[in-house]
Amino acid sequence: MTVIVEVRRGAYHDSVSLMQASRAVAAADGVDAALVAMATELNLELLDGMGFDRPDDVGPNDLLVAVRASDEDAAARAHQVLENALTELGAGHGSGGAAAGDLASGPAPRTVSAAARQAPATLALVSVPGPHAYVEAMDALEAGLSVMVFSDNVLVEQEVALKDEGRRRDLLVMGPDCGTAIVGGVGLGFSNAVRPGPVGVIAASGTGAQQLSCLLDAAGVGVSHVLGVGGRDLSAAVGGRSTMQALDLLDGDPATELIVLVSKPPEKTVADEVRGYAATLRTPVQFALLGRGQPDLTAAAQGAVSALNGSWDEPRWWPAPQQRSGDYRVLRGLFAGGTLCDEAMVIAAEVLGPVMSNIPLEPEWALGDDLRASGHLMIDFGDDRLTQGRPHPMIDQSQRIERMLEEATGSRSPVVLLDVVLGHGAHADPAAELAPALTEAHRLAVESGRELAAVVSLCGAADDPQGLERQAMALAAAGASVHLSNAAAARKALELLADEAKVRDE
Amino acid sequence: MSSDLLNAEPRVVAVGASLFAEALGHQAVPVTRVDWRPPPPGTEQALARIAGDPRRESANATAVGRLLAVAPHLVDVRPASEALGLDPGEFLHAGPPLTWDRASGPMRGALIGAALLEGLADTPEDAERRLAAGDGVTLEPCHHRSAVGPMAGVLSSSMWVFEIADTAEGGGAAYCSLNEGLGKVLRYGAYGPEVIERLRWMSAVLGPLLQATVRRHGPTDLKALVSQALHMGDEGHNRNRAGTSLFLRELAADLAAVDGPTAELVEVLRFIAGNDHFFLNLVMPAAKLAADAARGVPGSTMVVAMARNGTDFGVQISGTGDRWFTAPAGVPDGLYLGSYGPDDANPDIGDSTITETTGIGGFAMAAAPAIVRFVGGQVGDALAATQSMYDITLAEHPAYQVPILGFRGTPTGIDVTKVVRTGILPVVNTGIAGKVAGTGQVGAGLVSPPAEVFADAVHALADATPLLVNVETFPS
Repeated sequence: MTVIVEVRRGAYHDSVSLMQASRAVAAADGVDAALVAMATELNLELLDGMGFDRPDDVGPNDLLVAVRASDEDAAARAHQVLENALTELGAGHGSGGAAAGDLASGPAPRTVSAAARQAPATLALVSVPGPHAYVEAMDALEAGLSVMVFSDNVLVEQEVALKDEGRRRDLLVMGPDCGTAIVGGVGLGFSNAVRPGPVGVIAASGTGAQQLSCLLDAAGVGVSHVLGVGGRDLSAAVGGRSTMQALDLLDGDPATELIVLVSKPPEKTVADEVRGYAATLRTPVQFALLGRGQPDLTAAAQGAVSALNGSWDEPRWWPAPQQRSGDYRVLRGLFAGGTLCDEAMVIAAEVLGPVMSNIPLEPEWALGDDLRASGHLMIDFGDDRLTQGRPHPMIDQSQRIERMLEEATGSRSPVVLLDVVLGHGAHADPAAELAPALTEAHRLAVESGRELAAVVSLCGAADDPQGLERQAMALAAAGASVHLSNAAAARKALELLADEAKVRDE
Repeated sequence: MSSDLLNAEPRVVAVGASLFAEALGHQAVPVTRVDWRPPPPGTEQALARIAGDPRRESANATAVGRLLAVAPHLVDVRPASEALGLDPGEFLHAGPPLTWDRASGPMRGALIGAALLEGLADTPEDAERRLAAGDGVTLEPCHHRSAVGPMAGVLSSSMWVFEIADTAEGGGAAYCSLNEGLGKVLRYGAYGPEVIERLRWMSAVLGPLLQATVRRHGPTDLKALVSQALHMGDEGHNRNRAGTSLFLRELAADLAAVDGPTAELVEVLRFIAGNDHFFLNLVMPAAKLAADAARGVPGSTMVVAMARNGTDFGVQISGTGDRWFTAPAGVPDGLYLGSYGPDDANPDIGDSTITETTGIGGFAMAAAPAIVRFVGGQVGDALAATQSMYDITLAEHPAYQVPILGFRGTPTGIDVTKVVRTGILPVVNTGIAGKVAGTGQVGAGLVSPPAEVFADAVHALADATPLLVNVETFPS
């Protein structure tokens, strides 16, 4: 057994990149455990938990490398993998030592305002850790840039201050916790390559906007812009500040003929204010509100298409290669997108009653920290609490795959419902990992005398870099039915459960 | 404007996860990536509080605007007793406040020399005893008396000073001693007989003749001379060869015309011509005058003084008044003269960092590629040094330009919040004093200010910021 704990001082990389490097090192032959991370308190605790000795006198600007390998050869291989991964990160990103000055531009800028001085810009995309996001976003506004704040864990007072500052400067603040935007045809954060068109989307939900824009795209209807506003914008505290500004912007945009607002049902007073304001605009505004008693996103897409006199067909789906008639007893939803998980739960709970979850519809349906329950459950693996120290499930499928294989050998035959989100920022080829895992899950289920049905909600557009058709075919070939409509996927999963009345009782 | 957001071709600045910058790259969108790294732990809240201060942006614009607007002119040369009202027992020194017991070798040496010069003691031992006992002597920073001094920066009543003022604005003035030259000199802590003798000559001959010359010539525009010197390979701190030559050329005719023995005029010309650093003592008070104009703007996060006394490095910020933020001074990293080495070096010393405070010196390194051989390094390092200073400053100096950077103005007005956010410390060019009193200069190089003085200043600024957002009451 060889154990390495190294500290590389002042070698900063962002956590998403390091989690990928960490994973690559851990996957090297003969490596038992590996952590490549900045030496933050959280990561040091993680290091303790993995049984490594904590190095002395380290801080969040120092890179930690910890490897436990079977022997020295394996450790050397792990090292090589790490060096390759770090070299790749270094390319095109001026981190590490003071490089000699580039006469044209100089060293890489260290702040948003410095970057804006170096090259003219229209927009800043901020995804630094939450406690630092406010300062960078404020810097962007001061530099005259509208800003999308992907970061979460930003104080609500800071959100309000940013949005007030944005309005004062006539700049738009999207976020914090804004996962998706499309501005002038450019996808920011997690977004899909949808066609240009007449629908302007304002979204307080990232995956909600992705689902809506993809369904519109499939129906031949494009979007002008998707303006994210952040999950809290329509709360009482924030009062729809960005939503109002986005309404103005889209109302003044000649390409936008219809505005669709995607959000969880807002606070009553805020809702009244937004509706009142929307009624004064020249451009019609439709509300796609998510939650119980509301039409689902597929219905909202249909509504938008008919408002534009387009023709609507049920969203496309790819049936499973084999007839599925097993005695499936329990529903297991394993999601990457919070809104998709929420929508599926709303649909399922109407039929099944309680659906346990880490983002439960009812407080008493909350899952414990072990994320285990005997009944129907749906887990949002993209939830903040589950992504601490791990890559987001849209980038890395390993956590969901592990859980799916576990479900295959559970005490009762499951219907596994998965979402797969394509587009910019998402995993380059999710089916390449998920399809073999689906095959393996079916095999394990059969081996342990059970049956398993898989249903995939595939959120993507035909032009997405991953290839929508190719992803769908690969997933279907692995035994799943694949649905572009998340609502349809949820209904298919319900239909597969052997006997609704029976599963409800269990 | 936000309506441009929808109409203009998107161009993005990305800070944080590289994944998103890559995704934009794949869409062929122009992206500038920020090489972001976290600020020191514990500064997040203070930085956020200052970022939300509605006074900050205009306060900084005011502060840096005042700094840039000052037009420093050399208006007179006078004895310190007259110009600053110094009595024989009053000594000014470089850097933040200091007591004898904490003073380093070169500072003690310079104070001993000054005591000998003023006739307060007959021997160095006697001088040392009086200084240690505080017997009829007081110590005060030059900065507290509108003055600055290179290295030990010791100024006493019989020394002569340059008087710098903005002729247009009227009002304040700034002062600095006359430069003694290199080698065994008081400012490096030497106090031997040749040092005292030179100082006496400077007070008896150099000072009065320069006074007559300057009065005859009329005010000399120092901003104009410094900007020309930057075009000629000076950076105004460690290289003043062009500035000294320009200054001499400017005054030569009037010097020749003043009433004095030819032999003394020749001595003066030879003395100035033989000292490449003569102009430093004009650049420094010019910088001091500009920096002082920016003091005391509530809400401003701009640095108005950086100074070292050989023991501590101190900074003052416009928005926190006259308070010093100090920490132990570092030892410069550089090249050594003869057989001297790092073990002989004293910690960083001198008020000459007033040049960096106002956008020259280390901040104008790119203008002085010749200097890299003196401080150790490559020409690329000089370019990178200046370029990285734009990340921590508020403005580009309209008069001080760097030819090789396309005549871009030098990075001016250090924003202490940007220093803490980026971890980029001000670049300082400096001479290195021997740590034993009386040794003199042992080398020259670059020095990093201690990072904690900037973090301390940020905490103090945050405390002085009205609380817009009550973080404490927000449930996390």
